Amino acid sequence: MTWNRRHLLDLQSLSPQELTLILDTARHFKALGERPKKKVPALLGKTVINLFVEPSTRTRISFELAAVRLSADVINFTAEASSLKKGETLKDTIRNLEALQADFVILRHNASGAPHFLSRFAKAHIVNGGDGAHEHPTQGLLDTFTIREKKGRLDGLNVTILGDILYSRVARSNLWALVKLGANVTLCGPPTLVPKQLESFHPNVRVTWRLEEALRNADVINLLRIQHERQRVTMFPSTGEYAALFGLNPARMQWVKPDALIMHPGPINRGIEIESELADGPQSVILEQVTNGLAVRMAVLFLLNGGRSSELGHP
Amino acid sequence: MSSLLLDSTTLNRTITRMAHEIAERNPAGADLAIVGIQAGGVFLAQRLAQQLAVILGHPVPTGLLDASLHRDDLDQRTAPLLRATEIPFDVTGRTIVLVDDVLFSGRTTRAALDALHDFGRPRRVQLAVLVDRGHRELPIRADFVGKNVPTSRTQRVEVSFLEDGGNDTVTLQQLQP
Repeated sequence: MTWNRRHLLDLQSLSPQELTLILDTARHFKALGERPKKKVPALLGKTVINLFVEPSTRTRISFELAAVRLSADVINFTAEASSLKKGETLKDTIRNLEALQADFVILRHNASGAPHFLSRFAKAHIVNGGDGAHEHPTQGLLDTFTIREKKGRLDGLNVTILGDILYSRVARSNLWALVKLGANVTLCGPPTLVPKQLESFHPNVRVTWRLEEALRNADVINLLRIQHERQRVTMFPSTGEYAALFGLNPARMQWVKPDALIMHPGPINRGIEIESELADGPQSVILEQVTNGLAVRMAVLFLLNGGRSSELGHP
Repeated sequence: MSSLLLDSTTLNRTITRMAHEIAERNPAGADLAIVGIQAGGVFLAQRLAQQLAVILGHPVPTGLLDASLHRDDLDQRTAPLLRATEIPFDVTGRTIVLVDDVLFSGRTTRAALDALHDFGRPRRVQLAVLVDRGHRELPIRADFVGKNVPTSRTQRVEVSFLEDGGNDTVTLQQLQP
């Protein structure tokens, strides 16, 4: 199995073998992060541009550190400080970045499909750092990596994703990676945010609006953040009611398997999706997700940096 | 089309001779450690370490090193499959014998030297290879050689160890043009 893609745009189009190759490669980058000297020259002389049209701190920092650990040069480019605010088109912005010999562009954009649009003409490698409500592939990969590392497998595991599914690119990337690697996925949350039609996604996906049912056989509980900023209309009466109906608290832990993992992509709304003592408790792997995110992003940059066999003159 | 360069008996004799040469060159012995370069050097490193332990009368620390992240052709080929690096000792101040199965262009050795130095500053580094097939592209030579084999670039040296499901042989194969 060799990597043969120029861009990472989504997880929907990746094969199970490609997903597994990224996760296997990330394992070695995680080991590298545990050594005294954490930097390698694999991307020496390459330029990585973080183009974050939509603001983000943790994903940008993670990509930045991943690129730095691989010895690439990194430029951060945010919408507030950019000519996009002056009316420049995204296409012109990319052409300008390529004129500066950018080798990789990490794009975070509020429009679904923006990375796909760029990939049609960009010479640089495009990495989707989250596009609208579509996908956030590296988050899906780091969540999958964390589950596989902790549980030893994905095939046959029961993963519950709880919260704002409708607006969540994290949920969509998780869904694709999980079903491709054989997990069963339960989606739960308020009916307005978790429509029944999501079951048509894949035979291994089911929807329930009852928290107890969603938590009972789960090996993994992935709590998604309630994204106030992405809701144009109010989708549930109040965060207090959300916490009362769907928040994870100590009383509800009786429904949860003692070895179930508790995950959250961050930033956590403490007291809404999850009570503090559980977020900081022994079943929580929330901070390990952050560590794993770095390893996964290094793996993605490393794999994309390789030439494609079609360009190298062998099959 | 392939020809046998080393059969099982000769291969094992060759490894024994290499172990004695390493012991002879490093009489103190106490600061010696063996590091096998992934993937071809790993089993050879283990065998050399076992024999050295018998010759020297004490265990010899052994590690594995993946040089992939230090290669000079990473954007000119499909990304290599990464393998484990395990150096369970401090390399600083030690004599490290780097071990590979075949020495060809010397580029893997160059990458391995850089990768090794990420772990510290060895007192000296020596190179042991089972087969030196020539065609060097860098000023690198081996300190311990099992067998020198003149080859053409269209040939391939195949080393097969029992531990890897093989049969302890070295063969020279003609690649299809």
